[in-house]
Amino acid sequence: MSAASAAVAINTFREAVRDRVLYNLVVFALLMIGAAVLVGQVSIGIDRLVIVNLGLSAISAIGLVMAVFIGVGLVYKEIEKRTLYSLLARPIRRSEFLVGKYAGLLLTLLVNTAFMTLALAAALYYVGRPFVASDVSILVAVYFILLELALVTALALFFSCFSSPMLSALLTLAMYVTGVFSSDIREFGALTHRPTIEFVARVLYYLVPNFHDFNQIGRAAHGDRLPLSLVGQNTAYAALYASVVLLAASAVFSRRNLK
Amino acid sequence: MSVPAIEIENLTKDYPVGFWRKRMHRSLDHLSLEVEQGEVLGFLGPNGAGKTTTLKLLMGLIFPTAGTARIQGRSIDDVAMHRDIGYLPEQPYFYDYLTARELLDYYARFSGYPARERRERVARFLDLVGLASAADVQLRKFSKGMLQRAGIAQAILHDPQVVFFDEPMSGLDPIGRREVRDIILDLRRQGRTIFFSTHILSDAEMLCDRVAVLVGGKLQGVGAPGDIVSIEVQAMEILFELPAGRELPPELATQATKTGARYRIEVPEGELYPSLARLSNMGGKVLSVSPVRPTLEDYFLRLVGRGAPPTHSLEVVTR
Amino acid sequence: MRPATRNRPGWAAALGIPLLLAAAGLLQQRIDARTRSEALEGQEVLITSGPLLKKLSLGYDSLLADIYWTRAVQYYGSRIGERTATFDSLAPLLNIATTLDPRLVVAYRFGAVFLSEPKPLGAGRNDLAVDLVKRGIRANPNEWRLYNDLGFLYYWRLKDYADASATYLAGSEIPQAPIFMKLMAARIAEKGGSIETSRLILSGLYESTKDPAVRKALLRQLRALKAEEDTQHLDQTLGVFRQRFGRDPDSIRELVTAGLLPGVPVDPLGFPYVIGRDGRSHLNPASPIKPPK
Repeated sequence: MSAASAAVAINTFREAVRDRVLYNLVVFALLMIGAAVLVGQVSIGIDRLVIVNLGLSAISAIGLVMAVFIGVGLVYKEIEKRTLYSLLARPIRRSEFLVGKYAGLLLTLLVNTAFMTLALAAALYYVGRPFVASDVSILVAVYFILLELALVTALALFFSCFSSPMLSALLTLAMYVTGVFSSDIREFGALTHRPTIEFVARVLYYLVPNFHDFNQIGRAAHGDRLPLSLVGQNTAYAALYASVVLLAASAVFSRRNLK
Repeated sequence: MSVPAIEIENLTKDYPVGFWRKRMHRSLDHLSLEVEQGEVLGFLGPNGAGKTTTLKLLMGLIFPTAGTARIQGRSIDDVAMHRDIGYLPEQPYFYDYLTARELLDYYARFSGYPARERRERVARFLDLVGLASAADVQLRKFSKGMLQRAGIAQAILHDPQVVFFDEPMSGLDPIGRREVRDIILDLRRQGRTIFFSTHILSDAEMLCDRVAVLVGGKLQGVGAPGDIVSIEVQAMEILFELPAGRELPPELATQATKTGARYRIEVPEGELYPSLARLSNMGGKVLSVSPVRPTLEDYFLRLVGRGAPPTHSLEVVTR
Repeated sequence: MRPATRNRPGWAAALGIPLLLAAAGLLQQRIDARTRSEALEGQEVLITSGPLLKKLSLGYDSLLADIYWTRAVQYYGSRIGERTATFDSLAPLLNIATTLDPRLVVAYRFGAVFLSEPKPLGAGRNDLAVDLVKRGIRANPNEWRLYNDLGFLYYWRLKDYADASATYLAGSEIPQAPIFMKLMAARIAEKGGSIETSRLILSGLYESTKDPAVRKALLRQLRALKAEEDTQHLDQTLGVFRQRFGRDPDSIRELVTAGLLPGVPVDPLGFPYVIGRDGRSHLNPASPIKPPK
C-alpha cells in the first residue's frame, strides 16, 4: 500500500472515531453484560453456548451494519461534500484513494471487533468457565467474521463509487443475502432441469461471493476445532474476491467525472 | 526559452443534458491558452461561463471531451504533474472533523515531507494565512472567511510552482482581501505562476499580468488589462461641496449627482478648467478631480451584453 | 408586551409527554388483555418449518436455536399451572430449535421428559418424544445421555422392555458411557418391570441432568415409586398379620402394637400410609404423591 493510501486510510479511521461510530461498543458491552447476568435464569445448562452464540452473532451483525452503512458513504460523501476536490489535486491516484478508504474502514472494523471480542471473553469468564483450549475456535470464528466484513466492505465501496447511499446499501445487502443463499440457488437451478436457468444459477453461484462458508458461529459455540486448511482456503478466497471488487471499483471510479 | 507553465489546447467539455441525457451542452468550447512561467493570469467570466469547468478539467476532476493540456510540460493525465501544483477550489469544503492543523498536516503527507518538516511547514503557513490562533479548532466551527484562509494555506504549503485559485477573495472581509492580495503578490515575487479565476474585476485589474475572458464556454479575448480596455481618458470627474445656501445653476444641476453634502459631476476633458473656475466663483470647495476611464467592467458588460445567448448564465450541474 | 405565541413548547411538553405516555401505556394493557383472551394455542409458532427458518436466519441459526429453546422452556413453564393446558406447541418449538441447531442436546432431553409426561403436566405424546430423541441420537451419535433418555421412554412410558434393553445396550457401547448403561441393559432384560429396576433408571436419569424442571418431574416419579414399594411391603406385613390373628387390622397402628412394625411408616413426604377398605395399604389421601401409572 502506497504512502498516499496509508495517509487516506488513517484519516478514514480518524473520521470514524470522531463520528462516534465506536460508541456502538457501549451497546455491545451492555448486551454482553445483560446476557452474562441473565443467561443462567433463562436457559438451563447451556450458558456458554448462549453467550458464544449471542456474542458472535452480535459481532457479526454489528460489523455488517457498520461495513454497509459506513462503506456506502466512503466515496459518496467525499464527492457530495467536495472534499475530494482538494485531495485529488494532490499527487494521488484515484485507485490509491480507493485503497486507502477501504483500508481505513477495515481498520475501524478490526478495532471494533477486537473490543467486542474482549467483551465476549469477559462475559464468558463471568459465567464461570475458565478458558479451555477449544475456546480458540471462538477466535477463529471472529477471524471468519472479519473475512466476511472485508468482502462486504469491498462491495459497499464499489457501489459507493457510482450510486447514492440508499441504493448502494440495498445493492450491498442484496448481494450479501444472495451470497448466503448461493448454494441454494445453484441447487434450485439444478432441480429445474432447464438448461438456461441452470446456467444462470451456476453463473450466479460463482459470481456472487459465497458467504455461507464464512459462518462458523455454530461450530465455535459447540467448541469444535476448525481445521487450518479451511482457514487458509477461505482467506485466499476472500482476498481474491475483494481484489476483484476493488479492481472493478477502481476502473469505474477512475473514469468518473466528479460533479 | 522555458516551457510554458500552462498549455491548454482546444480543451472541450460536453455534458449530456435533458431527461434522456441525449442532448449535449457544451460548457467549454475549444479553449486554447498559454500561460508563461511567473505570469499571473486572471480568468474572467460570468457565472456559468466555464471557468470552474476549466479548472476541474485541469485538476483531473473531470475528463475532457476533446483537447489536451499540459502543466509544466506534463500532461494533465500524469499524476506526477500534481506535485508541482496547488489548487484552491471555489467554496472549499474540508473534513469538518479535523482541525486546521490536522488538515494541513494530512495534505502535507501527500508531498512526502518528513514529520519534522511537515510540522514546521504547517505552522508556518497557518501563521501566514492568519489561522495560528485557530489552529486547533475543528473546521466545522470555522467561518467562511476562515475556511477560505485554510483553503489558501493547503494550496500553497508545498511550495508549488503553479497555483490555481478559484475565487480566492470570496468570503473575506476587506482586511482578508488585502492579505490574500499580498499573498498573491508575494507568490508572484517568488516567481510562481498564478492562474486565478474570478468575477471581481477590480482584483483582476490590479493583480494580473494578463486576463482571459470566457463567455458561454468560449474564449473572448486574452491580453493585459490595459490592452483590453482603452486607456483613453473620456471624461473628468469632479467631486465638490457648495457652501450652505448655495444651489447649482440649472445647466449643471442636471448633470450632477448629490450624496449628502457632496456633488459629483462629469465634464469632458477640455472643459475641466472652465468648470473648475466656475465652481470656485460659486464658492464651491473642490474635493477631488479624477479621470474617468472605461473599466474592465464596462468592457465586460459590453461583451456580455453583446448578443450572448441567454443560456450562458445557467450553471451546469452534473450528477 | 409579551408576544402572544411562544416558540418553545415548555409547559405543553412537560405536562403532555408523561400524560400521553401514561394513556398509551394503559391502552397497551387493554390491548394485551384482549389479545391474551383471544390467543389461540397455535399462534405460539407462526412458522413451523424448521428448515425454512434455518434459511431465513441468514447464518444466525445457532442463536435462533437458543431463542427457540428458551421459548420452549418458557412456554412449558407458563402453562404448567393451568389445568386445561395442552402443550400443543411444545413439540413444534423443540423441533424447530433442534433443526436450527441439531446439537442442542438439552432440547432433546427436555422433550424426552415433557413431551411424554402425561397431561396435565406434559404433552402426553410418547410418539413425539421418541421421534425427537431418535433425531437427537442421529445428529449426536456420541451423546450417551440421549440413549439414556430413549431407554427411559421405552421402559417407563411405553413399557417396551425389549427396546429399552436394546437401547441401553447400544448406548453402553459409546466410549464415555458409564457402566450404569450396561447394567441397565442387563437388568431390564432380566427383571422387566420391577420397581427396583424402575427406581434405578429414574435415579440414573435424575443424576445425569442439571435441568431443575426435569429433576422435579423425576423426583415426583421417584417418590411415587417409593410409595409403591412401601405399600407393597406394607401389604406383605398385612398378610402376616392376617395369618397370625385371623382378621384384618383396624389401622396401621395395630401392626405397630403387634410388634410387626417399628413405627407408623410414612411416605416420602411424611404422610402416614393408611389401610383402605379393600384391605390393602394405600397412600394417605392427604398426600400430594400420586400413584405411578
